Amino acid sequence: MPQPVITARNLTKKYGDFTAVDGIDFDVAPGESFGLLGPNGAGKSTTMRMVGAVSTRTAGDLEILGLDPNDHGPDIRSQLGVVPQQDNLDQELRVRDNLLVYGRYFGLPRSVIAERADALLEFAQLADRTKAKVDDLSGGMKRRLTIARALINEPRILLLDEPTTGLDPQARHILWDRLFRLKEQGTTLVLTTHYMDEAEQLCDRLVVVDKGRIMAEGSPAALIREYSSKEVLEVRFGSDRNAEAAERLQGIGERLEVLPDRILVYSGNGEAELERITQLGLHPITSLVRRSSLEDVFLRLTGRSLIE
Amino acid sequence: MTATDRAAPTAGAQREDARRALAAGEAPRRWGSWYIAEHRIRAMKGYAGDALFQSFGNPLIYLFALGVGLASLVPQGVEGVSYLQFVAPALMAAAAMTVTANETSYPILLGFKWNPIFFGMNASPITGAQIVNGMFIHIALRTVVTVAIYCGIIALFGAITSPLGWLAILAASMTGLAIGAAISSYTSTITEDRGQMAMLQRFGITPLFLFSGTFFPLEQLPVFLQPIGWISPLWHGTELGRVLTYGMDEPAWLTATHVGYLVTLFAVGLWATRRHFTRRLDK
Repeated sequence: MPQPVITARNLTKKYGDFTAVDGIDFDVAPGESFGLLGPNGAGKSTTMRMVGAVSTRTAGDLEILGLDPNDHGPDIRSQLGVVPQQDNLDQELRVRDNLLVYGRYFGLPRSVIAERADALLEFAQLADRTKAKVDDLSGGMKRRLTIARALINEPRILLLDEPTTGLDPQARHILWDRLFRLKEQGTTLVLTTHYMDEAEQLCDRLVVVDKGRIMAEGSPAALIREYSSKEVLEVRFGSDRNAEAAERLQGIGERLEVLPDRILVYSGNGEAELERITQLGLHPITSLVRRSSLEDVFLRLTGRSLIE
Repeated sequence: MTATDRAAPTAGAQREDARRALAAGEAPRRWGSWYIAEHRIRAMKGYAGDALFQSFGNPLIYLFALGVGLASLVPQGVEGVSYLQFVAPALMAAAAMTVTANETSYPILLGFKWNPIFFGMNASPITGAQIVNGMFIHIALRTVVTVAIYCGIIALFGAITSPLGWLAILAASMTGLAIGAAISSYTSTITEDRGQMAMLQRFGITPLFLFSGTFFPLEQLPVFLQPIGWISPLWHGTELGRVLTYGMDEPAWLTATHVGYLVTLFAVGLWATRRHFTRRLDK
């Protein structure tokens, strides 16, 4: 494996008595697309800020591009592109001006910035909105502009904190497409998300985090193989009969997960399990056989759902 | 293959990464404050009209109302000069204060909270201290321009008699910057807007404007109220302006005190603001 661009060992961040990040270890290889998957409050954003060299760690070791952020914050940040969870574009400036001033922060010559700004606006599909006010852009457009801004310095590593949270499905797909292109061009991506489909689409490798700790690590497919079955049968009996039905389902499938509104039956063959349930004289109101996802992995690891 | 053979090329690659980062970080480390100033000046496009009107409109209105209107009630003048001459340096310093108070109140709350651009700046190589420096470079420019226009208009009204009169531009600007730095050291700590800005205006700026020997000599106030003037940067700035514009008679040590007070307030305010920014961005 080539020398990692990010190395974290026992990385810890505390706020008073509260431990936001509790001694995590990970490496990110150049060109890799690495994800942190976990629910809100898992410590993902805090980890991202430490990797972004803006938040001082409480303990542990952290190296980005071979440099310690405690000593080389500005140098490290010169090589990063950051897409924060909350848009922080300057609303007093027009769309293109946001890129122009941001490029200057890296000490780039104005002519280089102007050239890149035009290319990036094209890439972000905002070429016809260059003079628009930031406030007049849709949520998806603002995100794309933020990504364009993060690319103005041609970063070695692009950090994306919940890049598609709050976007409608169409806007998310446009964004995923853009990020996929960057990945193809060899940009190292580090992203946090609580959307399992996003993690599956974009990440080569990911860690599942909960309460500041890493619960599991691997590629999306490997994690699913390791922590879940091939298929999942979801059955609903109505919320008042759910618990009672769950009791009678014991022994069916490899494993059961009882949620307040439905029961998940983990199995290599969902249809066969459904038949067994019917033979028991149980008749679910609805049933659905699907492939296992990272959501199931998370449920298995933490006993909780990703989106609560 | 030995362990050293394996380690050598990767360590080399690592050094190359680091070397590139260190080289790219050099310009922002040196010039970052100026990049921020450039940003703030560019952002002025949005309110340039207002700013310019403020710079030309306010002096004309105040000078007519006070220097011409009110002055007719004080035909004997104040402390041996015309009322216009007396009040003009105070108005200049107050104008500087208005600009800096504006720039160091809402824009700081805005940058941390409602439109958190400071976090965006800090995600680049720019540091918290550089953001503050850059803001103050911009504020200083705006203040000097505003005060210089004011000074020009005052000169046209014939209220500047000393050849050192133009130095009053520096005195007034320094007054504004000292007050601005004090305000920003406070506003940079505000995390929830509970109307502190209105309070600041009501119990800070307005009393300063009225009781700093602006419209009448401080000695006119009851003795127990005079200390308000002594701690008021506006009073120090105004007195300094009077020395410079019409050669008001005061001991040299007092003039030195005015300068020292303003410079110290500015330095301490700036230091505290930078500290607050740095801490707040590192969360």
